[in-house]
Amino acid sequence: MSDPKYSTFRGPLRGQILFAIVFLLAALFLMSQLGDQTKWFKRTKFFAQPRFWPMVSIGGMVIFGGLHLWKLPRRKFVTADYTEWKIWFFAIEWVFWFLAYVMLVPLIGYLPVTMVFMPIMCWRMGYRSKSMLWISVAFGAAVVVLFKSFLDVKIPGSLLYEYLPGAMRNFFILNF
Amino acid sequence: MDLLLSSVDILARWDVLLALLAGSVGGVLIGAIPGVGPAVAIAILLPATFSMDPIVGLTVLLGIYGSSMYGGAIPAILINTPGTAVNALTTYDGYPMTARGEARRALSLAYSASFFGGIFSVVCLILFAPILAKIAPMFGSREIFLAALLGIILVIVAHRGQALIAAALACFGVFLNTVGLEPVKYSKRFTFDQSFLSSGVNLIVVVLGLFALSQAFYLLQGDDEKVRMTKLRGGMFQGLRELARHPRVAGVSGTFGVVMGMIPGVGEFTAQFLSYTYAQKSSKRPQDFGHGSSEGLIAAETANNAVPAAAMVPLLALGIPGEALTAMMLSVFYVHNVVPGPQLFQNQMDFVVALYLALLALNVLVLVFLLFATNHLIKVVKIPNRFLGVCILVLSFVGVYSLRNSVTDCLIAACFGIFGFVLKRLSLPAVPIILGMVLGGIMEVKLRAGMARVKTPFDFIDRPIAMILFLMILGVLFIHFRRVWLDRKAIKEAKWSTKHASTNFGMHLFRRKSYLLRERGRKVREKHLKYNPRSTDKR
Repeated sequence: MSDPKYSTFRGPLRGQILFAIVFLLAALFLMSQLGDQTKWFKRTKFFAQPRFWPMVSIGGMVIFGGLHLWKLPRRKFVTADYTEWKIWFFAIEWVFWFLAYVMLVPLIGYLPVTMVFMPIMCWRMGYRSKSMLWISVAFGAAVVVLFKSFLDVKIPGSLLYEYLPGAMRNFFILNF
Repeated sequence: MDLLLSSVDILARWDVLLALLAGSVGGVLIGAIPGVGPAVAIAILLPATFSMDPIVGLTVLLGIYGSSMYGGAIPAILINTPGTAVNALTTYDGYPMTARGEARRALSLAYSASFFGGIFSVVCLILFAPILAKIAPMFGSREIFLAALLGIILVIVAHRGQALIAAALACFGVFLNTVGLEPVKYSKRFTFDQSFLSSGVNLIVVVLGLFALSQAFYLLQGDDEKVRMTKLRGGMFQGLRELARHPRVAGVSGTFGVVMGMIPGVGEFTAQFLSYTYAQKSSKRPQDFGHGSSEGLIAAETANNAVPAAAMVPLLALGIPGEALTAMMLSVFYVHNVVPGPQLFQNQMDFVVALYLALLALNVLVLVFLLFATNHLIKVVKIPNRFLGVCILVLSFVGVYSLRNSVTDCLIAACFGIFGFVLKRLSLPAVPIILGMVLGGIMEVKLRAGMARVKTPFDFIDRPIAMILFLMILGVLFIHFRRVWLDRKAIKEAKWSTKHASTNFGMHLFRRKSYLLRERGRKVREKHLKYNPRSTDKR
């Protein structure tokens, strides 16, 4: 790592070193698995070996990732770094929201889940005005109608739709 | 003429015209909202276009690609926030114009310059198409491999100050492409005995994670910004007249856009930088640049709008995407079994020209739309960021889930979303990963085919185009390393010049000492000794 005052690196310094270390460690782990996870065939040209491209790419990751870490401005971890790691960690909350949405759609249905998910998320984000919540419901409904009903995007009907009476069931499975 | 007629025939369908309209209006809207770029929109819409005809799907995506930069100029000029990343240079001269009460003039000038750039590049490429059709078949496996390699190197070196991590991320992209079943020997590569990894990592899942979900997380984590809008006064047509007064700047910027767009991995930023520098150096009032110069605005907007049409050249002629957006479009071609490459230029030239005509019509549509609807359109700038984040999250679901109805895909996309979020927080580029994935796949296939008849290393570059590409790679690497060396030198100089006084005095004494120890110093001492001989010397 180089002197922070005279580095050519562009970008914020907070969190950079941890990212570079994790990236390098991941690359080194992949390199250690190269023999296990790829095969080397006899009587096959070097460039046609299945191991060739993983070797080149992981080699590149290790070399360039290592050089990047080495050339990063040298600095001890400070409060800004810890705050940054916290921000990365707390972003996982959005992943959970997203995955909950993904899990619920095949069970309850694309239209009802989207129309409920949008206002709940808006509430979570701090919007309390009625107009904003209604806009979010309308947006959810519009997305479903546009993609599922008009553009015919492949999203399967839910388990809940099975309990709807006759014609309604088919209509909902096909359109919402 | 027959070619043009058959191309018009391809386009003369209601669904294509509707796609053109939806793409152009949608693209302008998406561009105008800061925080949602064309990459997010194209990533989300990609799976939806798979069920459409290739020309319809591509027209929507091209529409978004070509028109988003028009929309991106609106917030860049009015609130000093670029709508898309490539509009950053527009803020330099656009916002100062707004600050002095000339918002409408700036907008109208930006639209006119963008329109000129778009039309100029399409006309250039339609005229060049027959020449390209002759050159494209000269590209065999080796040439395509070298062109892809050149593209990847250019993408890496374009990230000045971050080239090392860009290279590492590009290698990561190449690695991602190798995961799964190897297509020739059918051996597993890095699947860790997991069945979901056997079919490999899907490009669209990665694209949606890195561009759409990461952007959603980024917006959700941030705060809403308060936007103060300026009221627009004056006519919208004055920009066209003003543009006509600077034909040289517009022409040169358009040319830079076309040339830079055609080179894979270079794109808008370099084109803008070159044209802006040219405009400033050749201007009669260079001091106005950065303070609301109309020439600066023309240079920036013309150059970036000339790129989309040109960027389609390496994609269509060689099957090599030069940037993330064209890489996404490549997957639309593959889904419909239309393989872009020399064959496409030879056999389906009407399809290629039809795409260019669609871009031409798109520019006219967008200009007309913007000239009349800007007053209403500027309201989209006010949409709060976190609400946008929620919307992108919901829309990303459509993109990922509709691919294979797989929860695992959603989980992988979410992981890439977090990875992209961290990259965004650190201001590191995600584009090299996507290009690494796409170009890595191309390089693997082409190198295997290209090496089949190669006996000595020189055989690989014994054809003229291969040799030119090889020399270009060497040239790019030479220029890059020279720049790195010059940067190092400048840093060393800066280090020495900022040394504090005591070190400088020490250095001065050290130099004096070494001088005295040298030959000349010795002579001087000898001379001095003549007049003041030591007492022990013989007389």
